[in-house]
Formats: sequence, C-alpha cells, structure tokens
Amino acid sequence: MKPGFFVKEALRSIRRNPIPSFAAMASMLVTLLVLGVFIPMVQATTGAANTVRGRVLLDVYMQRDATSSDIARVRARIDNNTPHVKKVEYVSKGQAYKQESARNPEAYKLLGSNPLPDTFRVTPDDPDNIGAILNSLAPRNTAGHRQLADQSIERVRNEKDQTDKILTVTKLVKWAMVILTSLLVLASVLLVSNTIRLSLFSRRREVEVMKLVGATDWFIRWPFMIEGVALGAIGGVMAVLLLAVGKVALIDPLSNDFALIAAPKTMPFFALAALLLGASVAVSAAGSGLSLRRFLRV
Amino acid sequence: MAATEIQRKPVAQPERRQPDPNAVIEFRGVSKTYESGDVGLENATFSIARGEFVFIVGQTGSGKSTIMRLLLKEHETTGGRIVVAGRDLSEIEDKKVPYYRRNLGVVFQDFKLLPNRTVHDNVAYALQVTGRSRKEIRAKVPDILRLTGLATKLHNYPDQLSGGEQQRVSVARAFVNHPPLLLADEPTGNLDPETSIGIMQLLYRINRTGTTVLVATHDSHMVDRMRRRVIELERGRIVRDEADAMYGRRGGGRDLSTSEFGALMRGEPAPEPQRMPKDPFDEVDEAWR
Repeated sequence: MKPGFFVKEALRSIRRNPIPSFAAMASMLVTLLVLGVFIPMVQATTGAANTVRGRVLLDVYMQRDATSSDIARVRARIDNNTPHVKKVEYVSKGQAYKQESARNPEAYKLLGSNPLPDTFRVTPDDPDNIGAILNSLAPRNTAGHRQLADQSIERVRNEKDQTDKILTVTKLVKWAMVILTSLLVLASVLLVSNTIRLSLFSRRREVEVMKLVGATDWFIRWPFMIEGVALGAIGGVMAVLLLAVGKVALIDPLSNDFALIAAPKTMPFFALAALLLGASVAVSAAGSGLSLRRFLRV
Repeated sequence: MAATEIQRKPVAQPERRQPDPNAVIEFRGVSKTYESGDVGLENATFSIARGEFVFIVGQTGSGKSTIMRLLLKEHETTGGRIVVAGRDLSEIEDKKVPYYRRNLGVVFQDFKLLPNRTVHDNVAYALQVTGRSRKEIRAKVPDILRLTGLATKLHNYPDQLSGGEQQRVSVARAFVNHPPLLLADEPTGNLDPETSIGIMQLLYRINRTGTTVLVATHDSHMVDRMRRRVIELERGRIVRDEADAMYGRRGGGRDLSTSEFGALMRGEPAPEPQRMPKDPFDEVDEAWR
C-alpha cells in the first residue's frame, strides 16, 4: 500500500474534474445544512410535545368518609391490579387543603371546613394508556355506564376533552416529524449517492483501462474513496461552519426572548456538528466504494 | 498424502498432451458461446511459440476479438483450455487476474489511454500498478518514450496528440513492463496507412527483443506484406494457420532491419544492403534482460 500515491491520485482527480467534484461537495453541503437545521427543530418539537403529554393524569377521588383501611385497599388495587400505572401519588385531605388554601386563602377561610376528599393522582406509563386505567378502575357495565370498581371511590376523573386533544395533537406532530425526517434523510442519501455515481460513471472508461493494465480492485478504489471522503469532509466542514454562524448570529440572540427556541431538549451544538461530519464522511466513503463496484466488473 | 499425489499424475488422463515448453500461448479446443447465443469461437486449437510474431485475421465478428478477450481473461471459455506461459487460465482466480494481466502488454484500436493523464503519466501508470518505485519509474518511462519517438510529447495530454502518436503511447505503455507477450487488437484500425506502417515497425522492433507479439487485424494488405504466421478465422473457426511460405524470401532468411522492414511494408524495393542504422531497440535485450 502506498498512501501517499493514493492521496496524490485523489487530489489529481479532484483537480482534473472540478465540476463533478464541486457538485458532490455542494450536494453534501446543502444536505447537511438542511439536516443541521432540521434535527434541532424536530428535537425541540417532539420535546415540547412530550412535555405536554407528560401532564396527562388521572385523578381518583375517594369518598369523603373513606377510612384508612379503604384507602389502603384502593391503593393496593391501583398498585397491584391496575395495568399501565407508572406512578401513584397520594394526596390526603389535609395536604390537599393546605395546597388549595395556600393558593386561594380567602375562599377557603370562608368555607371553614375542609371539603376536599383524599385523592390518588395516577400517572400512566404512556399517555395513550390512560383509557385502560380508567377501564380498570371504572369498568363499563352492560348498559354502557361506568361502574366504580370500589365503593369507597367517589369518582375517577381524567380531563377527558383536554387529554384527548393533547393526545391527538402531539401524536400528529410526532408522526409529521417522523415522516418529514425520513423523507429528508432518504432524499439526502439519494442526492449524494447519485452525484457520486454520476461522477464515477463519467470515469468508467478510466476504470476499465486501469483494470486492463493490471491494477487490482483496491488499487483503483482507494483514490476514488479518498476523493469521496475528502469532498464529503469539505462539504461537512463548510456546513458545520455555516450552521455555527447561523446559530451565533440568529438563534442565540433570539433565544433570550423566545422560550420555544430556548427549548432545553435539543442536543448540544458540538454533538450535532460531530454527527453531521461523521455522517458526511461515512456516506461519501460508502457511496463511492459501493458505486464503484459496478464498474469494477471488467 | 501419497494417494492424492498418485491421483494427480497426468497418467490418469492419457489424452491430455503435455504442455509444449516452448509455447507461450496454447489453445486446445477452445469454444466461446456468448450468453446471447452468439458463437465467438468454435473448437480453436493452435499454439504460439516464444518469440513468434503472429497475425490473427478475419472479418468483423469472426472471433479475433474473442481470442483477445479470452487471453485477457475478460471472458471465460465455454469449452476447452487456454494455457498461457504454462498457466491454465481457468485456474486463475478472479483476485489474481490483475497480476496475470501484468504479464501482458495490450494495445487497442481505440488506444484506451487515460484522458486525464499526460503521456508520461499514462505510461507510468502501468508501472505504478505493479508497485514500482518512483526512481525506477523516473528511469524507465522517458527511456521507453524515447524509443517510441515520443520524447518531445512527455507532458502532452492524449487529446493533444495525433492518432498515431496516441497509439505509440499505448504501445509504450504495453511494453514498459517488458511483458513476455504483447497483444494488439486492431492496432492500426483507426490510422492511415503510413502511420500504420510506423506502428507495425514499432511492434516488429518489440518482437525482435524476444517478446511474443499477437496482432489481430483485418488489414490483409499489411498481413500479406509482412509475411508472418497467419491464423485466419471465419465465423469462429480457424480456416487457415500457416507460417507464411513467403517469409524470409526477400530478406534471405535473416532478420530485417527496421528500415528494410519499413520498405517491405511500403512495397518498395529493399534498400541495398548497407551498414544497418543503429536501432536503439536492438539494444533493449542486453540493457533490460
């Protein structure tokens, strides 16, 4: 192996084919730019959607006169006999009264006594499973009415309208993001591999001649791959630089004013840059190596 | 262990001839049928000895190119055996094909030069693929280009050269490794008659260094003049294989000098025997072997 020779061959090829080289680099640059803008956007959106979904809860109100044994029984029921429960929080009458009166002291002073029941706040493992919990604690009877599973439970309440709305909207957002992302990734891979293939296709005669002179496959392949990786890396570095400029010039000043942009769930810029660079090098190496395989069969 | 060795002995196949130790190329009942059903070659048997200069003639589609492709191992035979320098081509693995090809010099009708490289780099590439050192390349390439008359075109690109010059580059590239066997597929097909003579002179000189030369052509005029062994093909079959009886009549059986050869090719009367002009190719043998 002669790395120096291969690198020289790759550089010669870039110099002698400036237009295809530029096209490959530019397509890599554009693709990475779009991805680099899009990935944080997807993360921010799904992060926001997940926060909203995390707020979906089910409240189980006990009868006012529930005894401590009733409470223990219901808690055991929720803990052991109810599916999809992630977390149960018990709020006693006293705690609830303290919380509510702290929030609204005058109203509760007027009231005099504590009208609040003991409550279990049930968090489902997945917001979509809230219906299953509801069905377990208050199954429907044959007539279609809900019947409570324990007589000491007064009411099971989930903010139905609100929950449904949150679930549909966030689901929609997530799916839209998944579809958009996969389309974008697919388009970028096709764009890059097509550009590489075009530039190789214009040189298939060259490959043929090399083979007839007795060059081994890897002797032909190395310069092509080095060339592809070099172009991919140049495109990647330029994309990262542009993204950094955009981040410093646009996003950072705005993030002080807008909460959405400052959404904490996006990955750090350094990781994003490393990911984009790695992807550009890997895709261009694989792209040129694989595309070349067709022309090597002489 | 002993048992397997006994089985391998050629005695087991009495009909198989021992390879001719002098033969560089041996075709034994070689057939090639393409996937499309076209017959490229049918039951061809011939052998070419070391140092021979052989023409393969025939019309387009008669099988000349098939023989070249089979020898280059671009295609596999569908029957029979090809032995080159004692090696059965069917036994060479795909991975080893590049190494096999380095023993062949190849010249094509369309030159097949690398368009992005200078004359020098085109010739150097044939050395680079074999992993030769830069020092060796710097020594050999200008030498061979001088011998082929391209010393002034070193840094030109192929598209800046005439057809004849391009073909000279191609010959230089084929010969720079000093292969034992040189294949030329219609080397003069794209050239005018006078330029063709120049190329044939070049091949003749290469042949005189001891390299076996195999030329496929449909230029019967040139073949008749040159009076070398001719293998004629027709629709994939060998219809004639003769070491031309005319050979050596005018030259009196001795080797012709390059200028005598050129005169012969042009159909001029042979120049009076005179002190042979110094032909640098005649020294190639001593210098490089």
